[in-house]
Amino acid sequence: MLTTPGGWLLLVAVLAPFVGVLAGLALGGRNAQRVAALSLPVGLAVAGGIGWTLLHSGGTMVYLLGGWAPPLGIALRADGLSAVMLLAVAVVICGIGVYALADFGSPPGTPEKRAPLVFWLLLLAVWGSLNLVFVSGDLFTLYVALELLTFSAVPLVCLDGRGETLRAALRYLLFALAGSLLYLLGAVLLYGGYGTLDIALLAGRIQPEPIAWAAAALMTVGLLAKTALFPLHIWLPPAHAGAPAAASAVLSALVVKGSWFLVVRLWFDVMPGVVTLPSAQLLAGMGAAAIVVGSIVALRQERLKLLVAYSTIAQIGYLFLMFPLAFDASGSTLLHGGALTGGLLQAVSHATAKAGMFMAAGLIYAALGHDRIADLGGVARALPVTVFAFAIAGLALMGIVPSGAYLAKKLLLESADSSGQWWWTIVLQGGAAFTAGYVVLVLASALRRPTAAVPLVKRVSRLSEFAALALAMSSLLLAFAALGPLPGHLISNPLLPKELGPTLLVIMGGTLLALGLSRRPLLGGTANVGRMRRAIVAAGTSFEQADAFLRRWPSASLALLLSAALLGGLLLARGPQ
Amino acid sequence: MTAATLFGLCAAVLIGVGLFGLIVNPHPLRKILAFNVIGSGVFLLFGAIARRGAAAGMGGDPVPQALLITGIVVAFSATALAVALLLRMFDATGSVTLANDTPARTGTETGDA
Repeated sequence: MLTTPGGWLLLVAVLAPFVGVLAGLALGGRNAQRVAALSLPVGLAVAGGIGWTLLHSGGTMVYLLGGWAPPLGIALRADGLSAVMLLAVAVVICGIGVYALADFGSPPGTPEKRAPLVFWLLLLAVWGSLNLVFVSGDLFTLYVALELLTFSAVPLVCLDGRGETLRAALRYLLFALAGSLLYLLGAVLLYGGYGTLDIALLAGRIQPEPIAWAAAALMTVGLLAKTALFPLHIWLPPAHAGAPAAASAVLSALVVKGSWFLVVRLWFDVMPGVVTLPSAQLLAGMGAAAIVVGSIVALRQERLKLLVAYSTIAQIGYLFLMFPLAFDASGSTLLHGGALTGGLLQAVSHATAKAGMFMAAGLIYAALGHDRIADLGGVARALPVTVFAFAIAGLALMGIVPSGAYLAKKLLLESADSSGQWWWTIVLQGGAAFTAGYVVLVLASALRRPTAAVPLVKRVSRLSEFAALALAMSSLLLAFAALGPLPGHLISNPLLPKELGPTLLVIMGGTLLALGLSRRPLLGGTANVGRMRRAIVAAGTSFEQADAFLRRWPSASLALLLSAALLGGLLLARGPQ
Repeated sequence: MTAATLFGLCAAVLIGVGLFGLIVNPHPLRKILAFNVIGSGVFLLFGAIARRGAAAGMGGDPVPQALLITGIVVAFSATALAVALLLRMFDATGSVTLANDTPARTGTETGDA
């Protein structure tokens, strides 16, 4: 194995952001922002260059550090998966950079502050660590990359230094550390069993046997803790809701995708023959539970940012639905196929849409000085672009034509049909209605006529509003970009009855959910407090209590160990062969 | 029982003790210490694996040792970051509890959150 032409781009993709971090730290003050402004376009160009090179060479890009080949040396590798994630992350980071100019800019003449310096440095650090996650070719480098990602993400939570955000950051750090130790333990076991940590070499040597099963279970569950897949979401809501809007967008759109990507790498590229269909069903089952619980608790929130944070939990659940759908016909090996493409598209469309949504929520918070959903009336008139961006992001998450999520859903539904797993069809279709529920809830409040003029605390920056809109739009139009390499029959005219029907059904289902579960009656007044609504609200409250119970430390860490044991057990179940 | 097996078993005990501490101790500092105990267990296991995998004529497999050093640096940074956060939290709130994670921002108005 040798370094391929253009392989140095991989090194630049990782090094450029970290050079930016060091330069920004050395120059200090408002220079950090200038360094970031310089690094963002460079990084975007490098990601584009990697994508272009891969498109034309068609294989895998490799860069051998120092010219040493594995198993002694360390290789950086990029395949199609890495290139797509690199590009998506570069676009989202640039969007967030533009958005953050208003919040974290320090124009000449204003005093230098600490939070902007830290924000720009950490933004670059998150980017560099994510790029390292996407191009690393060995499991130990991936461990270091994951830790770098956590260490740069945790301080983003508590940029404002309030007590509750510090607590959220510490909870996040401690739970993530527990997860990374499980991952490291798994990696150590793999080295003990097979004598290498290089992904390509390991894939050739690994056998379905106890040491591989133990390692797979430990590593997967450790990564799930970092991804905050239900019921391991203990740290996510306070951390994502308490951070400043630009930081929330980074955390929710990008950071959780890092560990998710690693689960994909592990299952599809390292041990496709070791994992089993039952264990994949467990992952997807946790995902389905995340969709139901995350969405229902989101509908019960009073604060917009917490609502968006809980919707992130539901969206993380979506990302795991593809695992059982990606098995081959005999159910023994994971394949790179339509389901994986669908899952990847879902991750990209969620990254762009969720960043846009958190940005819009942050602008609403900044303009009103609060984010109580019940008091959002009139905000649509005061901030039309922002509310429009929120709506577009919501439509994109629901999977309306021509969003990326729509195409992803199509691909996953096809895999579910062809493999006969009809139950995931129900989850995929029903999940969209849940998403529609909280989007309708927010929009209904935002579009309501205000009782008095809406007092705006602060004028929001036009640039930030359009950055949010641009990211939301790119998610909604993602299907067009993805169509090139995919078969053309997947997308159709959104106004055909065949497409319009399900769309309307999804929105109607969502509206019913919002009507039933919202904390304040949506139609105003207390006239509709019927027996039906009371029963539904009681059910919603019990979901909230279950969520609060699972987010206590002892129950969450026991859930961590239990899911590792359960996953290990299911890996033993080989099924008919 | 060979030395490598003995060290492996010790590592398992350390990991078990650390996990127990991480779950049952409510104090964040103790959780940080428990994290370090688990980390020591993992590192000890890796050391035992290096000894077992020694090639002919060598005292041990050098690759795990190189990785171990990196792992220790990572664990050290993690501990430093966690302790710094803990101190800041104590300065800001005067308490070090992790339990109260639903502060005023989640619907206390209805009192059921």
